[in-house]
Amino acid sequence: MAEAHAEAIERHEAPRGFIRRYLFSLDHKVIGIQYYLLALVSVFIGLTLSILMRLHLVWPQASVPLLDKLSPVGAPHGVITPEYYLSLLTLHGTMMVFFVLTTAPQSGFGNYFLPIQIGAEDMAFPRLNMLSFWVTFSAFIVLVATFFIQDGPPIGGWTSYPPLSAVGGAAGPGMAVGENLWIVSIALFCVASMLGAINFIATTLDLRARGLSLMKLPLTCWSWFLTAILGLLSFAVLLAAGVLLLLDRVGGTSFFIPGGLIVSDKIVPHTGGSPLLWQHLFWFFGHPEVYIAILPGMGVTSHILSTFARKPIFGYRAMVYAMSAIGVLGFCVWGHHMFVSGMSPYSAFAFSILTMAIGVPSAIKTFNWIGTLIGGKIRFTTPMLFAIGFVSLFVTGGLSGIFLGQPPIDLYFHDTYFVLAHFHLIMGVAAIFGIFAGTYFWFPKMFGRMMNATLGKIHFWFTFVGVYAIFMPMHYLGLEGHPRRYSELIDNFLLPLISVHRFISIAAFITGGAQLIFLFNLLWSMFRGAKAADNPWEATTLEWTIPSPPPFDNFAGKHPVIYNGPYEFSVPGATKDFIMQNSAEVVAAGH
Amino acid sequence: MASTTLTPTRPEEAAGIDDTGQGGGGFPPGDFRGGGGWAEYRVPERTYRLGMWFALTGIVMLFAAFTSALVVRKGMSFDWVAVSLPRILWLNTFVLLASSATLELSRRSLRAGSANEFFRWLSATVVLGLGFLGGQLVAWRELAARGVYLATNPGSSFFYVLTAAHGLHLLGGVVALAYVASRARRIALGRARRTPVDVTAIYWHFMDALWIYVFFVLVSWM
Repeated sequence: MAEAHAEAIERHEAPRGFIRRYLFSLDHKVIGIQYYLLALVSVFIGLTLSILMRLHLVWPQASVPLLDKLSPVGAPHGVITPEYYLSLLTLHGTMMVFFVLTTAPQSGFGNYFLPIQIGAEDMAFPRLNMLSFWVTFSAFIVLVATFFIQDGPPIGGWTSYPPLSAVGGAAGPGMAVGENLWIVSIALFCVASMLGAINFIATTLDLRARGLSLMKLPLTCWSWFLTAILGLLSFAVLLAAGVLLLLDRVGGTSFFIPGGLIVSDKIVPHTGGSPLLWQHLFWFFGHPEVYIAILPGMGVTSHILSTFARKPIFGYRAMVYAMSAIGVLGFCVWGHHMFVSGMSPYSAFAFSILTMAIGVPSAIKTFNWIGTLIGGKIRFTTPMLFAIGFVSLFVTGGLSGIFLGQPPIDLYFHDTYFVLAHFHLIMGVAAIFGIFAGTYFWFPKMFGRMMNATLGKIHFWFTFVGVYAIFMPMHYLGLEGHPRRYSELIDNFLLPLISVHRFISIAAFITGGAQLIFLFNLLWSMFRGAKAADNPWEATTLEWTIPSPPPFDNFAGKHPVIYNGPYEFSVPGATKDFIMQNSAEVVAAGH
Repeated sequence: MASTTLTPTRPEEAAGIDDTGQGGGGFPPGDFRGGGGWAEYRVPERTYRLGMWFALTGIVMLFAAFTSALVVRKGMSFDWVAVSLPRILWLNTFVLLASSATLELSRRSLRAGSANEFFRWLSATVVLGLGFLGGQLVAWRELAARGVYLATNPGSSFFYVLTAAHGLHLLGGVVALAYVASRARRIALGRARRTPVDVTAIYWHFMDALWIYVFFVLVSWM
């Protein structure tokens, strides 16, 4: 059948050796899975750290077995010191933001499915792709190494604000070698992300199948493409900031360290630097980073909602424009992280207006997601549940952003648990729900087996209810003025809040434990799950036209031709309730 | 972005267009087969150029960040000390501009089919590139001799950061040029793709322009 095709078929086969095939592979699918597994390891490290923090907050004297082996200084007899709490916090944030939220949805799923969804055989630059992964992996190793040095990981938080992050060991445990390693890790991560972004952009622009115009791209591809642009532009700035910070620490420069600074009773021999300069550079990266984490989740959610509502996505173009607008605006709002930095009220006003403006495209997206669901013949599969959960969390987390985006309100809320609740819901958990949705949705394609649906639904309900139970009460803590990053509740005004903290901690333990269901389901289904058909979800995009799992060269040397949009569900007059993107015969009937 | 023009929107139109995607650079696909017997995966030259332009976008952002840091750091403090720039920087600038010229001469020779000329001008470019880097080191030594080091004052910090960041990127360009030069004969004889030549040329000229920019920043803000 395929041999009769007029075009020359040029099949490519996988290298045979284990190392070239699975370790230093040039295959985008293997690299995608490598990224995914890296994120999986990271997310469980990050989760464990947060469990330890929740434990310490409500039972500060609790002794954690084996923790004193890992860090005799940070946790003598297994009891976490306040400084070690900050170390855990730093590593939790860094792990989650960089190695989970940036890695899994973009580099993981993007690598695996972008080439397939656009009908390409691989990413544009496979060697660069492999390099990106291994640089990311070394960044991970450098970061994890901070656990095993004398005074533990840095305590500067994932934002690593100077001057304390710039003055070395005087600023506390982990701020000597640990902080250097942190910067090196992040710098490596920046380089890897930029290399990856170049690959994504070139692939999307140049390797699309015939007939696949930009406006026929699945929204997942649009989100990966836009995310890559954001990453390319923003990680470069973080890299520059990291270089300057490292020079302040090891080169004696004063980019960020002001004059006359006294740390631990000693004058720091620097002059004239500006700690705010770091904040500007950092948040110029940091805010787009939020969208780097969430945009792929938006893409996956749109994709899955349409597929399981058996309806075309509501307002495809509006979705594309909204995502683009979010990307552009994301570069104009970094100042809203710095309202309390003493910035001019006029600047704050401008940043505030621009921040509010992001509400418009966000509302368009939410409106369209709901519009997609209305009147649909909804199939409540596990990926669909997580996609709907994404919408829910996106709305909940987004609404608190409207509070925080206003300078007078933010003056009060800044650095309280309200902020914690906001960004965990929208950036953390919503993006994680995007990852879960993508995992349940694409697992059959990636591994050729179905994940267990019952376990998936149990996992969903525990997680969905759990994250609300964890993060909703944090709004209340914030309203009460509870500051972030406190390791124990010893102030009088905080003591009455201990019961709220207990509730949150117990909810966190249960929700964290429920993730083991996911882990079990994932690993078990890889080997024991029911065999997956080529198109188990009756979806329309190109990855479902090829075997599960796909062959090494994806389309077996053929070049798919695209006739239809990505979300042709329930087209009147069509034989089935979905039309594949490369299905030629229905073009006349459908349009 | 003119991306919509890159891929035809309608299959009917696409059918009429010759698939320029295969064998960029005018070489028959047979030339790209690897030694292992399997056809090697290749994308069109156009894609490599596109990738290079986006890589350069990232580099622009890196230097934009350094520049904005310089502007802010200078504007927000009272300890700024101007660094009087070593005179050799003008000579270095001339050397780098000359290297862009020789690179273009080498590409012209390649188009004219003259393998020896191609290699000769390419080598000249490598030598000029190394000459520029050597000249930058001389500039650093001159500042050091004056007692101006990285941490001496904020101006000198930025001088070293900007010149080092540019120098490292240019060093990458020299390595790429040396790689191209090592394959010059095969490229000229059509046994290897010309893609590395074109992509390296984009990078090299851009590094040239970037130096002009960095030099301009140093001259006007120091």
